[in-house]
Amino acid sequence: MKFEAVIGLEVHVQLKTRSKVFASVGVGFGEEPNTLTDPVIMGLPGVLPVLNHEAVRQAVRAGLILGSEIPEVCKWDRKQYFYPDSPKNYQLTQYDEPVCVGGAVEIELPGPARNIMGEHRWVRLTRAHLEEDVGKLTHAGDYSLVDYNRAGTPLLEIVTEPDLYSSAEAVAFLNALRMLLTEGGVSDCDMEKGQMRCDANISVRPAGSSTLNSRTEIKNLNSITGVRQAIDYEIRRQTGVYAAGGQVVQETRRWDAEGGLTTSMRGKEEAHDYRYFPDPDLLPVRFPTQEVEALRTALPERVFDRQRRYQETLDLPYTLTSVICYDFGLARYFEEALAVYGENPKALANYIANELQRERGAVEGEGLLPLEDVAMRPADLAELVRLIDTGTLTKHAARTVFVEMFQTGEGAAAVADRLGLKAEPQDSGALEAICRDVIAANPVPAAQFREGNAKAINAYVGPIMKATQGKANPREIHEILARLVAASD
Amino acid sequence: MPDPTHIDIDYVARLARISLTPEEKETYAHQLHDVLVYFERLGSVDVEGVEPSAHPVERVNALRADEPGPAFSPEEALANAPARRAQQIVVPKVVEEA
Repeated sequence: MKFEAVIGLEVHVQLKTRSKVFASVGVGFGEEPNTLTDPVIMGLPGVLPVLNHEAVRQAVRAGLILGSEIPEVCKWDRKQYFYPDSPKNYQLTQYDEPVCVGGAVEIELPGPARNIMGEHRWVRLTRAHLEEDVGKLTHAGDYSLVDYNRAGTPLLEIVTEPDLYSSAEAVAFLNALRMLLTEGGVSDCDMEKGQMRCDANISVRPAGSSTLNSRTEIKNLNSITGVRQAIDYEIRRQTGVYAAGGQVVQETRRWDAEGGLTTSMRGKEEAHDYRYFPDPDLLPVRFPTQEVEALRTALPERVFDRQRRYQETLDLPYTLTSVICYDFGLARYFEEALAVYGENPKALANYIANELQRERGAVEGEGLLPLEDVAMRPADLAELVRLIDTGTLTKHAARTVFVEMFQTGEGAAAVADRLGLKAEPQDSGALEAICRDVIAANPVPAAQFREGNAKAINAYVGPIMKATQGKANPREIHEILARLVAASD
Repeated sequence: MPDPTHIDIDYVARLARISLTPEEKETYAHQLHDVLVYFERLGSVDVEGVEPSAHPVERVNALRADEPGPAFSPEEALANAPARRAQQIVVPKVVEEA
């Protein structure tokens, strides 16, 4: 029998704020252990949590990006459990009145090849609620170490409907979510820094059936590779159980990245008795409609909307939009350049997707040079493309100019002048003489041109450029060539 | 209201991470029962047409600006820790596995 998987995700995303969600101490990653705590974080007796306005704003912003409804009122609940990652015996979260309800995320499934766009689909969201992150445990020999720096960081838990059917779709969802939330300035979603973590609910059923079999929840997925491998493993495991005539037990399982398998977290069932109740220390939040609308108006364009716009109105190919749109920094760079020089979007996009990315990668250090450290500004790139389009720079010379601009941060015209690469207005008599010589040396293209092959005279451009050390204006060359070739008839 | 023997006092104690002697179990089961009986009285109030409320005070939006305040020094943060190592609190190993 053929089986199919049904997957729902719970994604935890750290919201970008300067201070924690219910305490005023700052947030941070990579700080010395236990340096980002205060009496509220440590759960000392008599402390009073106070909600960070910006954390709510970020949660609402996230909800609007994800198409959620923002209920008029949301409230805070205690989720009770004992575990050393929390200094008090409960986590502050939202149980039955979350900040965001519903919503949907557009995803792009893998295409048949890297350079071909994949199918798009919408994944429904159940809800998203705001809660406090917990501390970090490090396990040693026979003990564990606790660092509470992360405790109290605002965390948005985004819950999907069981709308995903493979590990590839789950990964596509996480990628789309990351793009949307980073664009919106809501979170950096860096999985390596724990800013985005994921639990997956997985069940399998006979292909084509509409029943939902018992599911397992896989915890501890904190990399894209982990998500892919754990889901694939769990689908294989459950399929194997049914194929052997067994039943899948509803349970929580842990992904063991080293062993490449999921293992049961037995004894966890009882801990699910969380005894939620409204937190008496925190008042409900009523988020004013006009503030919601103000945030909605200020939202950036969603990634796939932008991609469609670039493809439809700017006529950019998928190979360029998939580089520029999927990285919000590049998209902004492109937009800024386009605002300065709007005549040639494709050339701008090409320079950004190819030359800029290549040069960023060539800089010493790990990965790409951060975009904010790139000295060459979007307006400089716009100027470079303008110089090419007006014939002041040849494409060939522009390559050299680009690298120099990238390294020095100088403007295009300044670099071209300094390197003597500007197409100079030649003594047109001298240029014409060179053209005559080149045509005389090879009469075949001229004859083809006269027979109607307009492109044939391009064969002369290379030798002429060589003779002028690349400084001749390509337009002028074409004009002279066309005139000479036609006249020599 | 069921009688006190219907309260699973072992379960309640386990959730609260406390161990009780048989005598304490007896005592607390009765006390817990009395608390529940007391709360049962709420059931006699007529709440027809009253909206459920999350908070006894009819206020909302106690919010603060997102400005980082002072932090504990690690020394202060760890002052109550029974054991520490590498500026962290040492706890019994807690890996949730079989």
